[in-house]
Amino acid sequence: MLLAIDTSAGTSVAVVDLTRGVIAERGEADTMRHAEIVGPFILECLREADIAPAALSGVVGGMGPGPFTGLRVGIASARVFALGAGKPLVPVISHDAIAYGHYRRGHSGPLVVVTDARRREIYWSAYSQADAVGLPVRVGVPGLAKPAELDDPTWLHALWPRIDAATVAAGDLGLVAELSFAHHRPFAANAPLYLRSPDVTLSNGPKRVSR
Amino acid sequence: MTIMNRTDPLVLGIETSCDETGIGIVRGTTLLSNTIASSMDEHARYGGVVPEIAARAHLDELVPAINAAIAEAGIRLHDLDAIAVTCGPGLSGALMVGVGAAKALAVALDKPIYAVNHLVGHVGADLLHRSIPTSRTDTSDAVPLEYPTIALLVSGGHTSLLLVRDLVSDVELLGETIDDAAGEAFDKVARLLSLPYPGGPQIDRVAADGNPKAIRFPRGLSQPKDMAAHRYDFSFSGLKTSVARFVEQRQDAGEPVPTADVAASFREAVVDILLTKALAACADYGVPRLLLGGGVIANQRLRQIATERTDAAGIALRIPPLSLCTDNGAMIAALGAQLIMAGSEPSTLEFGADSTLPVDQIQV
Ligand SMILES: [Zn+2]
Repeated sequence: MLLAIDTSAGTSVAVVDLTRGVIAERGEADTMRHAEIVGPFILECLREADIAPAALSGVVGGMGPGPFTGLRVGIASARVFALGAGKPLVPVISHDAIAYGHYRRGHSGPLVVVTDARRREIYWSAYSQADAVGLPVRVGVPGLAKPAELDDPTWLHALWPRIDAATVAAGDLGLVAELSFAHHRPFAANAPLYLRSPDVTLSNGPKRVSR
Repeated sequence: MTIMNRTDPLVLGIETSCDETGIGIVRGTTLLSNTIASSMDEHARYGGVVPEIAARAHLDELVPAINAAIAEAGIRLHDLDAIAVTCGPGLSGALMVGVGAAKALAVALDKPIYAVNHLVGHVGADLLHRSIPTSRTDTSDAVPLEYPTIALLVSGGHTSLLLVRDLVSDVELLGETIDDAAGEAFDKVARLLSLPYPGGPQIDRVAADGNPKAIRFPRGLSQPKDMAAHRYDFSFSGLKTSVARFVEQRQDAGEPVPTADVAASFREAVVDILLTKALAACADYGVPRLLLGGGVIANQRLRQIATERTDAAGIALRIPPLSLCTDNGAMIAALGAQLIMAGSEPSTLEFGADSTLPVDQIQV
């Protein structure tokens, strides 16, 4: 069994298993309460699944892409929970969970996943299909764009079906990890996908105070 | 949940309110580890703490810092009795990293969690026993913290004057800065003098050759008219502007800026106003004890004048060692341990990060 945590959009936590699927899941779309609810969600999912941290086989962390402040809460929680429980951290790209869920519910063929990056920008990833075991095949990197760039007919994936997702289901995130492990696929890098530099401006020295 | 040891609890503290990722481990009042990873160097080129850079660094440093702390303390995470974490005040995005991590650790280990106030943590640092006294004023091995005490906490993020009647139950805010923190003023004046970040040590270095009486810079909120509403409050923006105006006048006149004198006179103004107000609070409340905390306490002149003036006034001065004055996780663990020993119940898991947490909220 795996504990999965994602705060790249709202907050979602789940306990999953390859054979039993999603055993427990909690979700909240509010993007302002990650730090408050991530702890209770973890506790509730473990209790509902009736599993102790020591009995887990790993902790799945959604690496984004996602707006900085919220994304970090989930990654910090996943990393430190894994440390505390003495279990491996399994990094998964959050968009892969959205695509996986969509394919699982019957979609086939190409797909573009889009999430809100704030500041009038969006995150996107492109998938060609689900493979034989059901894992989404990502063919376009998680990227950051202005909405107009994806509407441009000359864009590579302009004609592909697009889903705009407001939430990421940790259950799907966990199942992507289970399937990837079972079928010897690589995991993502253990690094947050901010896809943006911190906004800071180098000042040109102190401003004058006298006229 | 496991039964908690309330007499000598083993507590891990997590501090991420500004640019230091601090992990501390204490057993009761005994310091076992004070691990600090700072992102200060990354902020240097911007002349001040950039919140997003600080928060990113916390996420990168947390796990290595926890590992280093438990190795140094010679414990296993499962040995812990509780987790303590700073939930405010501080930079919101930075605080949230520590809060999320602390909750996850508490659930993973099935341990209680204590969400505590950063400023009160600075006072709690003074309760930690150390094997070797680190300075003449480091008296904490010999004498436990006595109540009530006035506490002056000065850093780049806060400048606060507290009346501490009891660390775990009665802390009152007497005053605080109404604009810049004192540490920010040091950074800004350092930039005016073309000195690097962080400004405090640079001003200290340059001021060593200067005359502190060369220029009379203003002491903020010290006029009789300010005394009614702002008796214990601080203001440093007028001082900074006054230094800027002085520097500009010299530059406009084509004269060299007397950097050493400006630095020494500026530092004297800051030290004077900080200690004048702190000693006024001691006198007004009849409290013969003053505790200093925060990164600006590293300032040589502040320590020197504080020693002179408290000696003259018959006030006992306490200064924790510098590694416990700057932001750190040990002070958070120490406050958590004090709360446990006083019988406080753990925090519930629902608390959030509160960037403006009032100082009288010792535990959330
Ligand atoms: Zn501080």
